[in-house]
Amino acid sequence: MPMVNIAGKEVEVDEEGYLVDLSQWNEDIAKYMAVEEKVDLTDSHWEVVNFLREYYAEYQIAPAVRVLTKAIGKKLGPEKGNNKYLYELFPYGPAKQACKIAGLPKPTGCI
Amino acid sequence: MAVAEFDIPEMKDDIEIPKLREGVMSHIKSFPAPKSVQDFMGYPHELGEDWKERAIDKMGDLLGKYRSLKVFLDACVHCGACTDKCHYYLGTSDPKNMPVARQDLMRQVYRRYFTTAGKLFPKLVGAKDLTKEILDDWYSYYHQCSECRRCSVYCPYGIDTAEITMAGREILNHVGMGQKYSNEILGKVQKIGNNLGLPGPALIDTLEGLEEDIEADTGVPVKMPIDVKGAEVLLITPSADFFSEPHVESLIGYAKVFHAAGINWTLSTHAAEAGNFGLFNGNYETMRKVAMRIRDAALELGVKRIVVGECGHAWRVAYSFWNTLTGIGYGGNDPFSIELQKQLDPTYPQPQHICELTNDLIKSGRIKVDPSMNDDLIVTYHDSCNVARASRMGTEPGGQFTIPRELIKSVVNNFHNMADDTIYEATYCCGGGGGVLTDDLMEVRVKGALPRATALNNVVKEYQVNFMATICAICKAQFTKVLPKYGFDMSMVGGVHQLVSKAIKLD
Repeated sequence: MPMVNIAGKEVEVDEEGYLVDLSQWNEDIAKYMAVEEKVDLTDSHWEVVNFLREYYAEYQIAPAVRVLTKAIGKKLGPEKGNNKYLYELFPYGPAKQACKIAGLPKPTGCI
Repeated sequence: MAVAEFDIPEMKDDIEIPKLREGVMSHIKSFPAPKSVQDFMGYPHELGEDWKERAIDKMGDLLGKYRSLKVFLDACVHCGACTDKCHYYLGTSDPKNMPVARQDLMRQVYRRYFTTAGKLFPKLVGAKDLTKEILDDWYSYYHQCSECRRCSVYCPYGIDTAEITMAGREILNHVGMGQKYSNEILGKVQKIGNNLGLPGPALIDTLEGLEEDIEADTGVPVKMPIDVKGAEVLLITPSADFFSEPHVESLIGYAKVFHAAGINWTLSTHAAEAGNFGLFNGNYETMRKVAMRIRDAALELGVKRIVVGECGHAWRVAYSFWNTLTGIGYGGNDPFSIELQKQLDPTYPQPQHICELTNDLIKSGRIKVDPSMNDDLIVTYHDSCNVARASRMGTEPGGQFTIPRELIKSVVNNFHNMADDTIYEATYCCGGGGGVLTDDLMEVRVKGALPRATALNNVVKEYQVNFMATICAICKAQFTKVLPKYGFDMSMVGGVHQLVSKAIKLD
């Protein structure tokens, strides 16, 4: 697996750039991943990233899309609690792109 | 996402046979499975010195086990009937994506090592020694086949290229060239209970959230029970139904159907997955292990019926193979089968497809629907390949085509079929089935969706269709991802029970 140097720290990522050792994650890594994904990180993005990390810490999996939209709706207002808003933030798909920035493993399956 | 750039094929008025462009897809290489994944599956993770012997031995093993494979490799007369039938050929124009050429990748090696003529006069019969280049071709082109079996419909000998692809992948696994996507998922389903890897607490949290949503939306406390002993129905559905949009809308639909009909049902954390990627890899033992979870859950929970949600290849495995794999189904009279058959209710099909269940409930008047609730939609239906060509539904031949359509027409007022040569048994694959639904194969997926996108575009133009329903988690995920490349909105795609969900009366 390739190694990349992010803010002076050597970290291992997989073929698609997902972090291999989740415990290495920090905000510099999130910013690096966001640049790779051509996502301009705003406070709204951070709300999503932080929620993903909290959820993962509790359940060892990324939240279902519906769980995520509902949580964001509660935090940022009901007009933002929908799939469309999340796709505006993360155009390639919140489940995969936001997980990468948050240092979570890529969810795979029939999705 | 770092996906290599590629040209999106031009969508024309009709599905056209492209001019050959040799080798244009030879660069495709799905990510290889790493050591940890291959270790769990019992496969090597890299080529050893003896890889060639291992490959030939495995081919011999499969030829001995599966008479079909030998017949398919022997029977082809190169008539050409299949050449323009594969969506991947039509979308990529690479001649190695013609079904006959895909078969020949293995046939050339088979002839060299397993036929007299090929051993003595290889050049005369197109027989070739197995080389690393050929093995690499297998890895590339056996992951550009979705095992959809459309070609087999047109083959005068009934040669099923899917069987050859499956054998090819099984041999590749045995020499240490596994595919990351499928094998990682096969690990998750066996370790955690579903393809996505949703642990029990996450699943329960997700279902509770959905119950809140439904009640907020309808005012009715529709439940999503899980691990309930003594429930009548065990619902086996793809884990994408818990996780993704639009899949979750169908899950909500199933829950509303059970609620409205007063059927006591349950999901299972142990078997929270209908999908069975063991089929894709052509490994009977893996397929059996994955299927056994469902038998275990059914016995543990003491259910009387097993119902399968909207998942294409799961329904093939359930309808066609569960009987001999796990003893669920008709006719088994061995002690293994009898144990479960005693428990299951013989007045229902075992297993039963959710579409058949819902359709029967609507026809018998046990649940009521108001199709005008879907009057904003003009609907078409995409037949999923494994349902269409590898299974059945209900009691009549062709039930797998008529039952989902009957059900749709009872919950919507506007329905139009796509062109005849793109539906029923001639249906085009979504382009993402059979272990291809991964980002590293995005070029294959986008190009392979061209025929279906073209057929859809024609009903959009003619009838203003704005919704394509389907009963497969892979189709839903694939279409929402790739149809936007052809100018369609991702919200145009959804499940049949997504339509039921809107029309059903809950009071």
